[in-house]
Amino acid sequence: MVAENVVFGIIAAAMVIGALGVVRTKNIVHAALYLVVVLAGGAAQFILLGQEFVAWVQVLVYIGAVIVLFLFGIMLTRAPMHPKESLDNDLRWPGAAVALFLAGILGGLLVKTFHADKVDIIAPTRTDAVTNAIFTKYIIPFEVVGVLLLGALIGAVVLARKD
Amino acid sequence: MLLNQFLLLGAFLFSTGVYGVLVRKHTVLVLMSIELMLAAVNINLVAFGAANHTVAGQVFALFVLTIAAAEVGIGLAIVLLIYRNLRTADLDDLELLKD
Repeated sequence: MVAENVVFGIIAAAMVIGALGVVRTKNIVHAALYLVVVLAGGAAQFILLGQEFVAWVQVLVYIGAVIVLFLFGIMLTRAPMHPKESLDNDLRWPGAAVALFLAGILGGLLVKTFHADKVDIIAPTRTDAVTNAIFTKYIIPFEVVGVLLLGALIGAVVLARKD
Repeated sequence: MLLNQFLLLGAFLFSTGVYGVLVRKHTVLVLMSIELMLAAVNINLVAFGAANHTVAGQVFALFVLTIAAAEVGIGLAIVLLIYRNLRTADLDDLELLKD
């Protein structure tokens, strides 16, 4: 029990530092790399929760594909690597106030509502349980998501091609 | 493990993402902040699924992952289009609808 919490604390600290890096750093490529830290930490938390399949899907899809897409986006828009001016607009303090307000409300409500709930992992969730659920109970959302991905694929090709 | 430690981590990540969306100027950075928010939602879904011993949390986390990938693909295509037409990707310079 204690070991789990220690591991959680280490990963959570890395994720917090990474998240602050994404919104604070002055270099866009560094922001993408900080995002890798956050997403890898998320995958590690999923493994800690015994949910292996979604953890590895997160590694494959997010770290493998989405981050590469971001790096391509940074490259193709010729984002400045060492910008003279700041990457933030002048709403820094109002933005921080809104974020703190939201964090306070969410945190207060979560502490009030779920202070007694515990996660006890008896055994890790096996992949066959997840895939069986996807292909039986959740087959209609699964098909809808497939159509949505096809639409996104065609839409991205239509938008990005030179004509 | 308490359920709350995961939920509070998710709440923190979500608030950080909101800050990034409000404050960042470059469109790619705003998209990254949106990814931060989606990752926070995923942590909540998986934590609830693990706490209730159901696979529903994991299944819906997978759906959120799929939507996030589609969103980034379309979003970056739009950003590229904007950059090609206006030679800039800063949100502060995109003010065609303002006047």
